[in-house]
Amino acid sequence: MLVVVALAPVARPRLAAADEPIRLWHAYRGEEEAALNEIVADWDGSVDVLALPYDSMANKLGAAIPLGEGPHLFIDSHERLGDYRRRKIIAAVGDALQPSAYGEQTLTAITSDGVYWGVPLSLKCVALYHNPQLWPDVPDTLEGFIDIAEQLEQRGQDGVVALAYEARNPYAHAPILHAFGGQLLTTDGEFGLVGPQAEASLALVRRLLDSGTVPRDADGALVSNLFRGGKAAFAISGPWLAADLDDSIPYEVVLLPDVAQTGTAMRPLVTVETVMLSPFGAVRADVRTLAAHLAAPAAAMLRQRRARSVPARLDVAIPEDDRLLQAFASQAARGVPMSNLAAMRSTWEPARRALRKILATDVDIAEALNEAQHRFDDVRRPPPDARSPSPILGVLGVALMWGAFILVRRVRSETGRLELRRSWTAYRYVAHAVIAVGILVMLPLVVGAATALFAGPPGEVRYVGLANFAEILTARGRPLLSSGSFYLVLIVTVVWTVVNVAFHLGIGLALGLVLSRPLLRMKAVYRVLLIIPWAVPNYVTALAWKGMFHRQFGAITGFITAINDFLGTSIEPISWFSRFSTAFAANVATNVWLGFPFMMVVTIGALTAVPKDVLEAAEVDGATRWQRLWHVTLPIVRPSLMPAVTLGAIWTFNMFNVVFLVSGGDPDGTTDILVSEAYRWAFTREAQYGYAAAYAVLIFVLLAGATRLLSRAANGRGKTAWAKSDRGGEET
Amino acid sequence: MSRTMERIAVHIVLVGAVGFALYPVLWVVALALSGSPSPEAAALPIPSEPTLAHFEAVVTASKTMSHTTPQVEVWLFGRQLLNSLVVALATALVGIGIATPTAYALARFEFLGKTSGMRALLATQMFPAVASAIPLYLILDALSLLNSRTGLVLCYASTTVPFAIFQLRAAFEAIPVDLEEAAMVDGATRWQAFIKVVLPIARPAIAVTALFAFMSAYNEFILAATLLDDETMYTLPVMLQRFIGEYDAQWEKFAAGAILVSVPVMALFYLAQRHLVAGLASGGVKG
Repeated sequence: MLVVVALAPVARPRLAAADEPIRLWHAYRGEEEAALNEIVADWDGSVDVLALPYDSMANKLGAAIPLGEGPHLFIDSHERLGDYRRRKIIAAVGDALQPSAYGEQTLTAITSDGVYWGVPLSLKCVALYHNPQLWPDVPDTLEGFIDIAEQLEQRGQDGVVALAYEARNPYAHAPILHAFGGQLLTTDGEFGLVGPQAEASLALVRRLLDSGTVPRDADGALVSNLFRGGKAAFAISGPWLAADLDDSIPYEVVLLPDVAQTGTAMRPLVTVETVMLSPFGAVRADVRTLAAHLAAPAAAMLRQRRARSVPARLDVAIPEDDRLLQAFASQAARGVPMSNLAAMRSTWEPARRALRKILATDVDIAEALNEAQHRFDDVRRPPPDARSPSPILGVLGVALMWGAFILVRRVRSETGRLELRRSWTAYRYVAHAVIAVGILVMLPLVVGAATALFAGPPGEVRYVGLANFAEILTARGRPLLSSGSFYLVLIVTVVWTVVNVAFHLGIGLALGLVLSRPLLRMKAVYRVLLIIPWAVPNYVTALAWKGMFHRQFGAITGFITAINDFLGTSIEPISWFSRFSTAFAANVATNVWLGFPFMMVVTIGALTAVPKDVLEAAEVDGATRWQRLWHVTLPIVRPSLMPAVTLGAIWTFNMFNVVFLVSGGDPDGTTDILVSEAYRWAFTREAQYGYAAAYAVLIFVLLAGATRLLSRAANGRGKTAWAKSDRGGEET
Repeated sequence: MSRTMERIAVHIVLVGAVGFALYPVLWVVALALSGSPSPEAAALPIPSEPTLAHFEAVVTASKTMSHTTPQVEVWLFGRQLLNSLVVALATALVGIGIATPTAYALARFEFLGKTSGMRALLATQMFPAVASAIPLYLILDALSLLNSRTGLVLCYASTTVPFAIFQLRAAFEAIPVDLEEAAMVDGATRWQAFIKVVLPIARPAIAVTALFAFMSAYNEFILAATLLDDETMYTLPVMLQRFIGEYDAQWEKFAAGAILVSVPVMALFYLAQRHLVAGLASGGVKG
């Protein structure tokens, strides 16, 4: 952080030049993107439109806008507005908004502290899709689907589910919660998925699952596949499902039903897609005019026609015969706008974990919800008190002086000077590496590590000393081995690393040895095919593996069905991510698959260093094959494998992608490793970078300590066996 | 007899391993070729209603540059493929260029700060990147390297350097020092001995290390998505990421894109492998 301060004058925020072309960022795709481009083309003025991946939007905005980089205006969901406002990423929209054109509800969504922070474009929410071929009429109540499921079964249509929706997703659960009078986040920013209403809503969903009315493991892809494939009579989904449907499935979209138990209608969460202005965009009149242009009636009509989106404006009429848009528009009018408080971003994770736990196991509902509330409060806890930075500055100053003193004394001494002169040649070889790694790798790491001493929301960051570390190491006052505590996660991480490295090394070494056989046919073909797991980007294959473990569609379930058909057994499909053991195994399988080619290639490379004559000599001396492998080959390849194994262990320890993409921490965060915890603190728990950095520092300290110990142990033991044969010419 | 049995056993092991290695990839291929979602779980990756439409949609992606006059249609996929290749190739070259002399110095010279330097290099690998993204962004901004392929290449190259140094140092240490000494007796300077004698022998190791660098740059997307502000500068993984949206994901297109992204890397490995085999055949490694 000190370095950041030092750099600040260099990284001067560029003043918004009035003649710069306007930059507009969005994450739209397909027809929505086409419609936006058409609307922008209609505006006379120069606009740079940038389409971003949806995941990187928030991070990119957070990094760019404070530096005066990034967009003048961007399109995002209104619920991020509170968070953006706190981070000073957006400014009030002023005359870009024409408030009289919008309904009360829409204006509330973009209001914070009585000021408007966005210009609404369109509304998104879920509604009920109905396939009349599978079931003729729409039930009045949610409970009515249970009867439909029974009758579908009686008719022998067991492959067809009555209602497909993402029961485990809080966004999809919200309509039911609303019908019971609850909400995900209260207006004061307290966790809402708790108490009798939330419990009753979940008891109802359990009934829906237990009666087979709603599929158990439904995610977005499953819902859409079931409905598209004519395997679901009804589905709760948003307009994005309609975009995937063609004429082969007859369907209509209608309002969500009532919940009979309360006699109240299900009301979905409404997202308002909004144009927001960055602080340097809001001051430019032409940027505000462009924002108004994007939201103008003509633009709304075009979006409605091309991208099938529900206009946020009241003065844009939807054609009477457009049943789909009519349905979504009236559903949105009956919906509940998502809260735009910054706390909303902390609601999803605990709510999702609670829902998964409650719907996959038979835990007590109230208990699971209370745990979720604790998690929420834990994330929302006030940052530690600010401390005076003088002690650390003092320590730092003394350390620097001491270091400088030692250095000067060493250089000025006779031997020191001699050594320095002798080192001069070597320095010419290493200088550029020192500069490149120093500036682009070390410096960010050091600065990142220093943020561990700071806390507080972005914009109000303050120095807190070692408070972040203290909180982590004391598990924030909860039992030391409670779920999500540093120590429990550390144990999982260590087991994860050991198991993975053992498999990587075992498989890699075995295949490397086999592939190095001199007379092997088709060697090149095998090598190329075996390297494939490593050639395909790992986020792609991690997702492929996740798909294979899917309970309903996964290849593993396919195998089980095939075995059942063939042998007449009745093995149940495994729900991989509802138990720790199977979820952990799924992660390990994926990571072993990803990692063994690396070890294999390294082994092949290392084996080239084994001199043939030594092996021949051993053979002549009557050594068996195992003896040759164990006493000749392995000792020789060991030094070249050691760095790869060490690095492999370090990378596995920090293997974020696999854990995050395959199990995602399921069930209930138990398969998370330290680095995925750190990521959650940085990116899903309101950008607590200081806290995440403290995790990173702890990971670093652990790894540094472990490698130090291990290398000492290895040096003490193995040197005699191979040091002579291999290091003959080390001194120069 | 036992030789034949053994040969068969080796091939069975290898075919099994290849099956394990290819199976998930074949699922990606099947998904990319599927015209409709398959509603049933299947053991074998067979596309339902095979079609090339997803590949076509990915490859033909283009963008009209609205602010230029006359309007220019840019073939986005071609641009992004070129970006990816150029960035990855430059990363491999710069990374190896920086790492090789350093690795050599670490293998052959004694100098002040050698041990602490090695430790610092290893330390960079231990620190998760979670907290360093924002400082890196600030530094690149100070160096005016944001939104440029040069900045991206420098970042990638620097991050691959520590690993490349470890690999190459081990390779250089395995080369007997007599060869260089012989060259230096014949009048070569140390640098000449390094370039003319050591590097050719270390070629296989350099090829493999360059491949590592190429692939890590080619597959990276978080930094690319953060640093680049122009679709015509995106690399392919960023394009892939665009198929995953807030509410839904276009998995078929994602899969098609993933396969297209992977093809150049596989081709490159095939080539590098020949180089590797040729390097081995030269036999310089045996002392």
